[in-house]
Amino acid sequence: MPSLGTSFGRGGATDYQQDLMNSDCITIMGSNMAENHPVGFQWVLEARERGAEVVHIDPRFTRTSAMSTKYIGIRAGSDIAFLGGVVNYILENDRWFHEYVRTYTNARVIIDDAYVDTEEADGLFSGWDPEQGKYDATTWQYKGMQVHGSGGSPEEGVKGEQSHGSHGGLLSHGDPPEEDWDLEHPRCVFQILKRHYARYTPEFVAETCGCTVEEFLWYADTICKNSGRERTGAFAYAVGWTQHTTGVQLIRSAAIIQLLLGNMGRPGGGIMALRGHASIQGSTDIPTLYNILPGYLVMPHTEHYGGLQKYIERSTAPAGWWGNADAYIVSLLKAWWGPAATKENEFCFSWLPRIDDDNSHYWTVQQMLKGKVKGYIVAGENPAVGSANGRAQRLGLAQLDWLVVRDLVEIETASFWYDSPEIESGELRTEQIPTEVFFMPASTHLEKDGSFTNTQRLLQWHFKAVEPKEDCRSELWFYYHLGKKIKEKLKESQDPKDWPVQHLTWEYGEQGGNEEPSASDVLREINGYDDHGQLLAAYKLLKADGSTSCGCWIYCGAYADGKNMAARKTPHWEQTYTALEWAWSWPANRRLLYNRASADPDGKAWSDRKELVWWDAEQKKWTGHDTPDFDEEKPPDYVPPDDAKGPDAIAGNHPFIMQADGLGWLYVPQGLEDGPLPTHYEPHESPFDNPLYSQRANPRRQQNKDLEEDPYNPVAGEGGSELFPYVVTTYRLTEHHTAGGMTRFTPYLSELQPQMFVEVHPDLARERGLEHGGWATIVTMRSAIEARVLVTDRMRPMKVNGAVRHQVGLPYHWGQRGLVTGGAANDLAHMALDPNVHIQEVKAFTCDIRPGRRPRGPKLAQFMDELRAEARAARATATRHEPEETRKT
Amino acid sequence: MRKEDRSAFLRGRGKLKREIAELVKSWPVLRQLDGDPLGLGKSVQSNRSRTLEPRIAEADHVAQSICPFCAVGCAQLVYVKDGAVMQVEGDPASPISRGRLCPKGAATKNMHDGPLREYKVKYRRPYGTEWEELPLEQAMDMIVDRILRTREETWEETTREGNPAKRTMGIANLGGATLDNEENYLIKKLLTSLGVVQVENQARI
Repeated sequence: MPSLGTSFGRGGATDYQQDLMNSDCITIMGSNMAENHPVGFQWVLEARERGAEVVHIDPRFTRTSAMSTKYIGIRAGSDIAFLGGVVNYILENDRWFHEYVRTYTNARVIIDDAYVDTEEADGLFSGWDPEQGKYDATTWQYKGMQVHGSGGSPEEGVKGEQSHGSHGGLLSHGDPPEEDWDLEHPRCVFQILKRHYARYTPEFVAETCGCTVEEFLWYADTICKNSGRERTGAFAYAVGWTQHTTGVQLIRSAAIIQLLLGNMGRPGGGIMALRGHASIQGSTDIPTLYNILPGYLVMPHTEHYGGLQKYIERSTAPAGWWGNADAYIVSLLKAWWGPAATKENEFCFSWLPRIDDDNSHYWTVQQMLKGKVKGYIVAGENPAVGSANGRAQRLGLAQLDWLVVRDLVEIETASFWYDSPEIESGELRTEQIPTEVFFMPASTHLEKDGSFTNTQRLLQWHFKAVEPKEDCRSELWFYYHLGKKIKEKLKESQDPKDWPVQHLTWEYGEQGGNEEPSASDVLREINGYDDHGQLLAAYKLLKADGSTSCGCWIYCGAYADGKNMAARKTPHWEQTYTALEWAWSWPANRRLLYNRASADPDGKAWSDRKELVWWDAEQKKWTGHDTPDFDEEKPPDYVPPDDAKGPDAIAGNHPFIMQADGLGWLYVPQGLEDGPLPTHYEPHESPFDNPLYSQRANPRRQQNKDLEEDPYNPVAGEGGSELFPYVVTTYRLTEHHTAGGMTRFTPYLSELQPQMFVEVHPDLARERGLEHGGWATIVTMRSAIEARVLVTDRMRPMKVNGAVRHQVGLPYHWGQRGLVTGGAANDLAHMALDPNVHIQEVKAFTCDIRPGRRPRGPKLAQFMDELRAEARAARATATRHEPEETRKT
Repeated sequence: MRKEDRSAFLRGRGKLKREIAELVKSWPVLRQLDGDPLGLGKSVQSNRSRTLEPRIAEADHVAQSICPFCAVGCAQLVYVKDGAVMQVEGDPASPISRGRLCPKGAATKNMHDGPLREYKVKYRRPYGTEWEELPLEQAMDMIVDRILRTREETWEETTREGNPAKRTMGIANLGGATLDNEENYLIKKLLTSLGVVQVENQARI
């Protein structure tokens, strides 16, 4: 996440799951870990058994709440208000870790005089441009420093996924020019933070979030008590935080708390991002994402193109490990184009295609609806059920010329043309859909070799157990043979646009009757070679002169000394709990990131109880229980000379080595689209006004105001908002996995969770005449779905700003097909997005709920047309105007 | 007593002794005293239980694997007999999962050989109303043709402003978070070389 990336330097989870047992206080928020990461949850229980507090803060009472020492209910979408309250509590009550904050964070840095905070400008930061609907971040910078961009877009700096994994902040030079070590200068970060959160009092938190003042104060005191030299606290989150129009800023709030309390880089501390797919971390490290290249190098941008040198200048930080960006990009180009990539032709850099600001998934769907995307390949994903606004997804599929779906079973994305809600309602007719569809059966993980990167950045190899049957093939086979055939077809071409394909290195050993390419060969290429064909041992060996090749610089070392490190399976009972010999984690097999901060500025452990990595003065090196996340031989008192560059420009007491200043960023001067500090906004759809500002929602959120297929529910302050009075949140169940392709088609799991349901509180059931076990229809401007009613007080009504409001809970696994079928919750969701990562807000939007089943057949389309017309008419009577639309700051 | 008689007698006495000893030893209290004080273990085991063997004892080989569902990354042991998966269970050696699997992970075999698993390529022609059969090789060739045709038709050498673009916006690819690193690598590498920039995965979802 860019939130972790901009705060600490890398976007990966900062900790590993087993380390949670060392924690004294674990806050689980935006996650139902006991049900969705049940086996990882054993480490939380280990901590609890050792006496740790486990606090679950969530709109729903779940099994995680039941296993915690304390549950605090807050309404969906109010997390920043809650966490902002904690920041205010820490600062007001002087509970911050003084020595840590002064030395290891940017609290002391003085910010540009022109910076204006949301507290002074009614919910907008300085630099707002109402016409573009964007911020100019110039005034957010460190005082006396220029904006420094990165390869893609220099004006805007590092942003989006390039900071999702490994990208720290870039500054125009290393050390911040102006600082106040007393933290008293009115424009230093510490004082800005104090003013920004001054209104987040316990009473404000209780009013806004729906918890009590006592609950909040207990929590704030507990987390502070469990931090400091002797104790540490950890946060664990999942998509309950990410899937908001303020998702990135939400996670930033936790980053601020963890830096203020000195919990980063220390055992039992950190922020544990709990990811939901086997290799979601891996698929960002080696990205199947539009805006980055392997290792978080940015994709070149159409507007800011200037060749390799320009790209390197923009990607290189004057200090820190991004100082070597030239070696990373050149080695990647050498891995892809081998001998064709030479110094003279800029290593074929000009062959890379260029992106625009947003070519992400939801943008693609809109291009499909316009008929601009003609061909679509979907491999191991089911957007017809899993993406927000399923109807828009399916209508998009019906506009394609051709579609390839690769999966284990015939998922809804493959069958939309004859079996979908739109076919049922008559909106689509099979014989009028032009899309040519190829369904290609895929291999399971048991039928192929390869590595997954898990939630703690750990590459774990899985060995093939059996051969795939009949036409089933791995994705490795499919894309390899696709490439081979395409290269064959284009080998005689004289067209320059075919050169990149013709010269692409594509030599991988083939095995068995299916000619399966060797996954080990691919991992070797990812690891990289020197010019003698020897596998490289570490990324510090990469060169910018073309003598090394490396497919993903942060994975360099995964095949060190010719050994598949990801395939190491030394049992845990033969090693210490850090288990450095089980598989391999990036970077450089470091398990706990920024662990230099587990020692004080002089290099000694903050306490015996929390020792992890320390400076051994006799041996003159860093040592400890984990691999040091620091230059091993750089002493704690190292002060970089004025002309130092790259890693050498990071001081011996600056632990965040990916950041250009080596500091943890409480305040993010660049890299985020929607502001340097998190601030409370209401969700895109919310029945509430923003208690802080007349600016209701995140002004920078991406929304599709003119897209007919993505209409929005009227919100607070608009006519018609009473049509959608409830807050709805979506979630997963233990027995199913995401859009259900791997579970709804599986007998045991279908039997365990056989039907779509909706969770409602008894009061709401009474209010709407819903019967336990009966049917209900849930309605938004996008669609109406039906579900069985589960009446339960796990779904609590919340008292917010004096009024009681109900919340509705929906699992999102079902669809038209499989052994068990049901309404798809994502059909109800809209496509408004977080501006940094283009992620949809499915954790808090609005709905109505009515007793009984939904209208069937053509009546459904008619019902929706009438509802939309009614809402639009009501909205026209009172339209809401917000500062974002007019006011320039 | 004759020598032969004596040895026969002794043999008989030896047999009797053994029989008595067996009888005494089979007395439940004594059986329990032999390392099973609560009488819940081997002292009360039936002959059938004693000779039972786990299914996996018959496996030809075992492969070390990783659970394909969430990102906890539990380790799995996959037991194979006659080229088919016979059992998937947690690998106790893993420092993360220590042998445990959740309901999804435990149902891995059921997912792998479930009744709705597809094994053949299926093809739907434009405006078609039925799936049709299609050989894998032919499907691959047809997909190659479509990729190259669409790329040709939608190629953007430059943007409208004249900046280099070198891409096609007519093709998109979705998926990756359920796949291997090596697979993601080939996807990104091949599609980038073709100028396809709309490469996306579940990280947004």
